[in-house]
Amino acid sequence: MKAYLILEDGTVFNGTSIGSTREVISEIVFNTSMTGYLEILTDPSYAGQAVTMTYPLIGNYGICYKDCESKKAWPDGYIVRELSRIPSNFRSEDTIVKFLEDNDIPGISGVDTRALTKILREKGTMNGMITTKEYDNLDEVLPKIKEYTVSGVVKKVSCTEKEVLKGDGPKVALLDFGAKRNIANSLNKRGCEVTIYPCDTKAEDIIATNPDGIMLSNGPGDPKECTEIIKEIKKLYDTEIPIFAICLGHQLMALATGADTHKMKYGHRGANHPVKDLSTSKVYISSQNHGYVVDESTLNPEVAEPAFINVNDGTNEGLAYKNKKIFTVQFHPEACAGPQDTAFLFDRFIDMMKEDA
Amino acid sequence: MPKIDGIKKVLVIGSGPIIIGQAAEFDYAGTQACRSLHEEGVEVVLINSNPATIMTDKEIADEVYIEPLTVEALKEVIIKEKPDSILPTLGGQAGLNLAMEIAETGFLEEHGVKLIGTTALTIKKAEDRLMFKETMEKIGEPCAASLVVNDVPTGEAFAAKIGYPVVLRPAYTLGGSGGGIAHNVMELREILENGLRLSRVGEVLVERCIAGWKEIEYEVMRDSNGNCITVCNMENIDPVGVHTGDSIVVAPSQTLSDKEYQMLRTSALNIIDELGITGGCNVQYALNPDSFEYCVIEVNPRVSRSSALASKATGYPIAKVAAKIALGYTLDEIKNAITHKTYASFEPALDYCVVKIPRLPFDKFISAKRTLTTQMKATGEVMAIANNFEAGLMKAIRSLEQHVDSLLSYDFTSLTDEELLEELAVVDDCRIWKIAEGLRRHIAPAKMHEITKIDLWFIDKLKLIVEMETSLKNKPLTKELLAEAKRMDFPDSVIAQLSGKTEEEVKGLRNEYDIHAAFKMVDTCAAEFEASTPYYYSVYGSFNEALETSDRKKVLVLGSGPIRIGQGIEFDFCSVHSTWAFEKQGYETIIINNNPETVSTDFDIADKLYFEPLTEEDVEEIVNFEKPDGAVVQFGGQTAIKLTQALMKMGVPILGTKAEDVDAAEDRELFDKILEDCEIPRAKGQTVFTVDEALAAAHELGYPVLVRPSYVLGGQGMQIAVSDEDIVEFMNIINRIKQDHPILVDKYLMGKEIEVDAVCDGDDILIPGIMEHIERAGIHSGDSISVYPAKSISQKIEDMIVDYTIKLARSLHVKGLINIQFIAYEGQVYVIEVNPRSSRTVPYISKVTGIPIVDLATKVITGSKIRDLGYEPGLQKKSEYYAIKMPVFSFEKIRGADISLGPEMKSTGECLGISKNFDEALYKAFIGSGIRLPKHKQIIMTVADREKEASVDIARRFEALGYKVYASRGTAKVYRDHGINAIQVNKIGQEAPTLLDLILEHKIDLVIDIPANGIEHARDGFLIRRYAIETGVHCLTSLDTAHALISSLEHAFNSSQLSVVDIAKIDKR
Repeated sequence: MKAYLILEDGTVFNGTSIGSTREVISEIVFNTSMTGYLEILTDPSYAGQAVTMTYPLIGNYGICYKDCESKKAWPDGYIVRELSRIPSNFRSEDTIVKFLEDNDIPGISGVDTRALTKILREKGTMNGMITTKEYDNLDEVLPKIKEYTVSGVVKKVSCTEKEVLKGDGPKVALLDFGAKRNIANSLNKRGCEVTIYPCDTKAEDIIATNPDGIMLSNGPGDPKECTEIIKEIKKLYDTEIPIFAICLGHQLMALATGADTHKMKYGHRGANHPVKDLSTSKVYISSQNHGYVVDESTLNPEVAEPAFINVNDGTNEGLAYKNKKIFTVQFHPEACAGPQDTAFLFDRFIDMMKEDA
Repeated sequence: MPKIDGIKKVLVIGSGPIIIGQAAEFDYAGTQACRSLHEEGVEVVLINSNPATIMTDKEIADEVYIEPLTVEALKEVIIKEKPDSILPTLGGQAGLNLAMEIAETGFLEEHGVKLIGTTALTIKKAEDRLMFKETMEKIGEPCAASLVVNDVPTGEAFAAKIGYPVVLRPAYTLGGSGGGIAHNVMELREILENGLRLSRVGEVLVERCIAGWKEIEYEVMRDSNGNCITVCNMENIDPVGVHTGDSIVVAPSQTLSDKEYQMLRTSALNIIDELGITGGCNVQYALNPDSFEYCVIEVNPRVSRSSALASKATGYPIAKVAAKIALGYTLDEIKNAITHKTYASFEPALDYCVVKIPRLPFDKFISAKRTLTTQMKATGEVMAIANNFEAGLMKAIRSLEQHVDSLLSYDFTSLTDEELLEELAVVDDCRIWKIAEGLRRHIAPAKMHEITKIDLWFIDKLKLIVEMETSLKNKPLTKELLAEAKRMDFPDSVIAQLSGKTEEEVKGLRNEYDIHAAFKMVDTCAAEFEASTPYYYSVYGSFNEALETSDRKKVLVLGSGPIRIGQGIEFDFCSVHSTWAFEKQGYETIIINNNPETVSTDFDIADKLYFEPLTEEDVEEIVNFEKPDGAVVQFGGQTAIKLTQALMKMGVPILGTKAEDVDAAEDRELFDKILEDCEIPRAKGQTVFTVDEALAAAHELGYPVLVRPSYVLGGQGMQIAVSDEDIVEFMNIINRIKQDHPILVDKYLMGKEIEVDAVCDGDDILIPGIMEHIERAGIHSGDSISVYPAKSISQKIEDMIVDYTIKLARSLHVKGLINIQFIAYEGQVYVIEVNPRSSRTVPYISKVTGIPIVDLATKVITGSKIRDLGYEPGLQKKSEYYAIKMPVFSFEKIRGADISLGPEMKSTGECLGISKNFDEALYKAFIGSGIRLPKHKQIIMTVADREKEASVDIARRFEALGYKVYASRGTAKVYRDHGINAIQVNKIGQEAPTLLDLILEHKIDLVIDIPANGIEHARDGFLIRRYAIETGVHCLTSLDTAHALISSLEHAFNSSQLSVVDIAKIDKR
């Protein structure tokens, strides 16, 4: 079946419908990872967005459910150049087509994703509609497309029940704003007992359990929308409990301590972003997925200082909090998809908790 | 400015002559690195014995030594130039080995020279099998169970322990020389014996066979601060067991999930970190297709063929960055030259699929085995970029220029299904075509996967192509079908053939439906950042993003495609120099080429680079978009010349010599007319099509005759026939491929061969110099030792040559370059052939005369006059140096190839010997080509009857130098009659010890085997030559070469010091 991608600027891409045939309006973003399509599809941070894969051949190694980063696929839509007809990998259990159908994700293939990416790069992230209906008159739909904003997504993706991953090591409270599974796994693998909490858990409830450390997860959407969560995080900040935060968690901590965030033109989404550790000058390649960034100029130097920056555009990639056992990063040390170069940060967090004990 | 204090003058070691396993990629890397060093204000001293390279230009390095890559020569250069550092990682294995060798002597410390980039310890850790294994064990990186052995019994015992098959890898050899897979003890003995001999240190690794696993490579970079990145990974379609240089390779990997991809990436970074490499490095893995189990196969702590491929596949200039790292810069300080926005610490993201196919030389070595093993055989490679695999493969296939344009190009229809399945088990260069045939017969992909171990994903892609063939055959050619066929990059010719239309009709339909190529950019970042470097590839069914450019005049420079025997790196030298010359004159330059190993496909050589097949259709799509003001074809070898007619049809003016004049030089009748008008004699000859016509011609001319197809390069298919039997055989070989042009049969004159390259501006002719060949006519000029300035011709002959050259250039209305080959025979000069284009000898003559021939030719093409350019027309004054170009062969790599020299070219590369003393120049040329004598001071001579007497002098002179001369019965008798103490040896098949036994004992320095003319049906000579080559014994098949060698050895015997010459200081005199 034919499908169309209509951008809010009126650009229309023709393609073939994949997955669900349902019509959807979403924010269109692109990811430049060459592998890891399943991890990306199941990353809750994509809630409210439709993802364009810049790598043209998707689905080659099928679906291995073990690689999912959450229980289901989250993007509103999926835009690819070409889906593989057959999957080929010893672990593959399904085809990507089946996966998209099962997860009711509307998608479009056959799109010149490079041309689309160039538009998003030049004009910035914008909204779009994936549909199987041919609109003769775009004016009919463009206002609707423009109107869309990503909202209420953290609540949507967060777990509703507490979950515990048993371990003999430090006890970590993980606040789930849309956490990728490998955050909990990375800690658990290192011996931590990880308790995963819903995003609306009160700070007091967490502090009452007397955790050795608190982990603030990644998640979707505009951080400033999470006003309630920010208040709770401020309370966590005020304790002496070691805190490690990733992506949205990093932004929320910055907001909670008086700094500001802003939306980037088209964000960082991929598995090749160089970040520099300012204390050692060492550069690491990181996995990234964010459209918002902490505004370094708004940092109170008494509170936090930049710890990592992006080598390409100089934007903030991490903060070290003064006189606190708190450090936060914008990128994804849990990788999946992407390089594992910064996994040592989990060790750093654990050392911090042990020091504290 | 280098960040490390004290680096002011760096010595760069090149890789020497082009041989199989070490081709143009090191010229690309070396050139890029030298330019990168220059950018930082470093003085560059270069040593490389290969004169056809761009890196040995005085524009690239400050001091240039085209000297043999030996410790002796290197020491002389260091003493003379006093560099403070050596960058050893750019010259491939040859350069690395040389650096290690000299480092081990302690000479570098004595002279205060440091190795930069990578230390000797790092090189040892990566290259020494045992140290490597220990290092890997230390960091927990798995290697296949293996043992380094120094003798055969230990190897046998270990193989018995780990079980057959086992892989054998000699230490310190290039291209996996002498390696292989042994399935039983017999094979083990054979390969191991050979491998121990070829290894510089007499070590061979015996290893658990992981053949059939996926072969994955990572290109990684590391700086002195320990920052590591991967440039890209690559997946070999051919599983482990085929040398990666002979494999079809895709980038990035296609069948690895993120878990596998990251597992290996992390491993590669751990390895490069542990080895402490500062620069680029290649890590090869075997990955079990059914688990996460993997093994590290090997690590190359230097730039390599794979790094050149990765650079072209991603746009990330590995050699350039590696050079900066060697000067102390860190990755986050080095700007990405494509985006100017990102840094070298950004890992490239590809949004396309790259396919590389090796160019194998089986069209040249008909008797050779086509099987592919861990011993590399390819002479070159092609790369194609597309946004789907099918298109990448289709484009790469037709880039090969091997009469292949689709999966239908090899015919296996006559095989039964059983035979086909049996054939599939044979690992050779036709495997994908056999799989395609299997798919056409609906043999299950799973079954073919079982046999070939090629991943099902790739087989399914081949199936998509085969299904498209069927659709094109059976369905009407609708817009949708045509668009889909073009999306897979089926060429119009194949679509036409399948759909029963003409090519013109298909093209017409494409115009009607507006189905045209769009051009996309290689930008290192998947469009995330704006890029400013126009490095393009074509796709169908997409938006065009190539930019319309300036109002400057545009010139199209056609490259020369893959490196192959007969068309080597010299044409890349010419293409690049001509591009630079056009640029200097204000032209916008556009290069089209498909060879990832070359300098011409570096993204900053021309204003625009199109990485595309060099076929009429592909070029036309570019022409339609770019609308160039002209095209230049005379620098890109036969590949470019072949496109002349097509370009004219597209309305692109050919700059320089006109197409009809090029034709006149190739067309027998037209050319005869010109020779007649100029009163220039040539050997009598006729043009024929059939065997009968050829026989009639031969009878009329009288044997021996020369038989060859017209319009070929490197004398392909050219043979000397001495009998009717030969004629029949040669004609059949030539006619295996349909000939569009007649076949030439000429009387064969055995005289002195002379060669001239000249520049003509339409009126005046500049002749930089005259070269003569050591070997008499009959041996291809590319395989002959060439001497400049010609030493043994009389003034009268020289005058005749100059006169003929001027006449020919004028009557062919040459504008630009012309190459002419003459024979001087009994006081008369005959023309053999005229090529109104660049030639193999242009780079070397440019360098030794100091006359920038290509630059002048380009200026002449654009309207300048030789006199205006500051040159006096005519033959230029001789250089004070003798420069001797020595052919270099790769026979040891090609099992079963006949090494005897003849009119068909067989050498893969060349080196130069330069000196004011002729014999020293000769000596340097011989050692540069790898003939390093004496060792055991024993030689074998077997000489055909007609040459026996003539060879006596050579035998006598070897004896005088203290050599023991062994000879076959007849030859020995003649020598003894002349008072030489020759020892008679039995022929093969007679009582031991025979000639073969002697060779296999490893006590022989040299075999001089002069075969009779014609195809030799006696297997004796063939076997002797093959065994000699495969056991590492030098073998000469021409008495002239032997004469030159003995002269050079006598010289070396009498003098102790080697003089070295900085050719950057040679100026036109």
